[in-house]
Amino acid sequence: MSLPAGTVAQAAPRTLGDAAPRTNGEIRLSVEQASYAYSANPAQAPLFTLEATSFQARPGEIVAILGPNASGKSTVLKLISGALEPLSGRILLNGFVTHSLPPKTRAQRIAVVQQESPLLFPSRAWEFVLQGRHPYSRSLRFETEDDISIARNALAQVGAEHLSDRWMDQISGGEKQRVILARALAQQPLLLLLDEPTLHLDIGAQVDLLDSLRRLAARDRYTVVVVTHELNLAGEYADQVVLMQRGKCLRVGPPASVYQRELLEQVFQAPLSVEIAVSGRPRVSVLPGTQETL
Amino acid sequence: MRPLTLERLLLRCGILAVILFGVVVIALKLGAVPVSLYGLGRDLIQVMLGRSSGISSDYGMIVIGIRLPRILLGIVVGASLSVAGTSFQALLRNPLADPYVLGVSSGAAIGAILALIVEPHLTLAPELAVLFTPVGAFLGAAATIAAVYFLGCREGNIDSSTLLLAGIITASFLGAIISFLMTTLAGSNLRGTMYWLMGDLSNSPPKALHYFLGFGFFLAAGAIYSTASDLNLLLNGEKEAMHLGVDVRRVRIVVYIAASILTGLAVSVSGSIGYVGLLVPHVMRLIFGSDHRILLPTAALGGAIAVVLADTLARTVVAPAELPVGAMTAMAGAPLFIYLLRRRLA
Repeated sequence: MSLPAGTVAQAAPRTLGDAAPRTNGEIRLSVEQASYAYSANPAQAPLFTLEATSFQARPGEIVAILGPNASGKSTVLKLISGALEPLSGRILLNGFVTHSLPPKTRAQRIAVVQQESPLLFPSRAWEFVLQGRHPYSRSLRFETEDDISIARNALAQVGAEHLSDRWMDQISGGEKQRVILARALAQQPLLLLLDEPTLHLDIGAQVDLLDSLRRLAARDRYTVVVVTHELNLAGEYADQVVLMQRGKCLRVGPPASVYQRELLEQVFQAPLSVEIAVSGRPRVSVLPGTQETL
Repeated sequence: MRPLTLERLLLRCGILAVILFGVVVIALKLGAVPVSLYGLGRDLIQVMLGRSSGISSDYGMIVIGIRLPRILLGIVVGASLSVAGTSFQALLRNPLADPYVLGVSSGAAIGAILALIVEPHLTLAPELAVLFTPVGAFLGAAATIAAVYFLGCREGNIDSSTLLLAGIITASFLGAIISFLMTTLAGSNLRGTMYWLMGDLSNSPPKALHYFLGFGFFLAAGAIYSTASDLNLLLNGEKEAMHLGVDVRRVRIVVYIAASILTGLAVSVSGSIGYVGLLVPHVMRLIFGSDHRILLPTAALGGAIAVVLADTLARTVVAPAELPVGAMTAMAGAPLFIYLLRRRLA
């Protein structure tokens, strides 16, 4: 199965045991021919161009945007989050253009987990999670009982209740990532966007985080979009993969159909082998020392 | 989990208000002319009852007519500088930001001096003429913070050390312009202007300005306080704040304008009193945490306490002569600033 670039993966065939349809037919996120161009100076040629990209996602689905560095993954995420306005095309969340939503409404529907930024003044984990309730508050309202129980619940969902009273600058990277995820859950969004969430985590913490994500997506019907360059994690956890290279969207589909050896080798510029595991999930390994033979 | 509640906020502010009241009483009592606590209490009650003509002694007139207005001025100036500093620190994500360090005070001083130079040449109604200096100071402050912001930006991001350097360079450049402008002033004005530049509360502003000062303070501080929870999220950076539903552009405009008003007001009546806007927010943050819903009001009260205390010291240590209050705050503040800077670099 090879779709031409930019093809909308509508109702991609779902044959894999684990990725069996936990979704209904409703489309939640729809990226329609969205493009973008970065330029330092409007008179000059753009430094980077994202060509028309399209895909769709349903509630409960995990979409991985996959590609090497500078492939345009993060740009797609910024377009979806509404932080950037597409040059052409549009991005709809439940039928609304994400870029045009007022800031608070947008934050009630879309939560973004970014690569962690250092805090200016340290705060405790519970204060941090309560920030996720900001989109629901009026300017000077104090947190209500509801806000507190939602924040507590969010910490519990990622298994981080015990971190509640710890300072954010005194917990490990994996713990911090959980608290950041808890804040995103406290926003009660429809759409969870994660930018390289596993970047600084060891393998145990990575699996933990992605397991939580899969569980949450299935139970609470979040639509999850993850940007990553971790082929195996994306192959294992994603329902759909959007494969990108140098600003082009090459393929959209379930991991088993996108993970073809020649394609991945060409995209990631490395000799690879791909096998389909018993679970139906693809496994990718690097073949070192075979560069000359290619 | 113990989020901030209204009761807790009011309790903390109440404690600080009591401390401020104590400091005010001490400041009323101390000075070149000694006053008994009993006489002080009796005279204050007379004033509160609106019977200032009933004050018998000359001492009473000194306390009520000279010391009290000066203390009230110190309260407004201290609160203004401290609130401006707190909001600059959050908005610029820089713990070392304050109106003085960023050169905003110098900008306001230039605006005020220019207004003083230009004003006699215009034929303004006296009510307008009084407001000319504070408005000039506000414009100077606003222009300076805009300039420092653009100088401190690198590729659209505020770089902490670039910003600080931009502020310091701007302050020294504006300082040179101030020296130049001062040479154009007549000799009799020179000493007054010198004192004013160093930060001085001894010149009571004209009566018409009192309401303008009070009104301007509550308006600007209220505007900043309305963005308190947005400022909390801005500590995470502008991008994250945006994703959490903060209208970053609106908050930035509101806070820049309001903080420039506060700085302009303070500088136009008292010159550049340094370090209050820098250090008071830090001390309050250590005590009450960095939630701006509690930090802003406590910083306002703390700033008032600090300036009234400093001014009382400035009036008494070399009595019957006086030091400019800015010299007092700088003597206490500069070493603390260096301590904070070193702790940050460590």
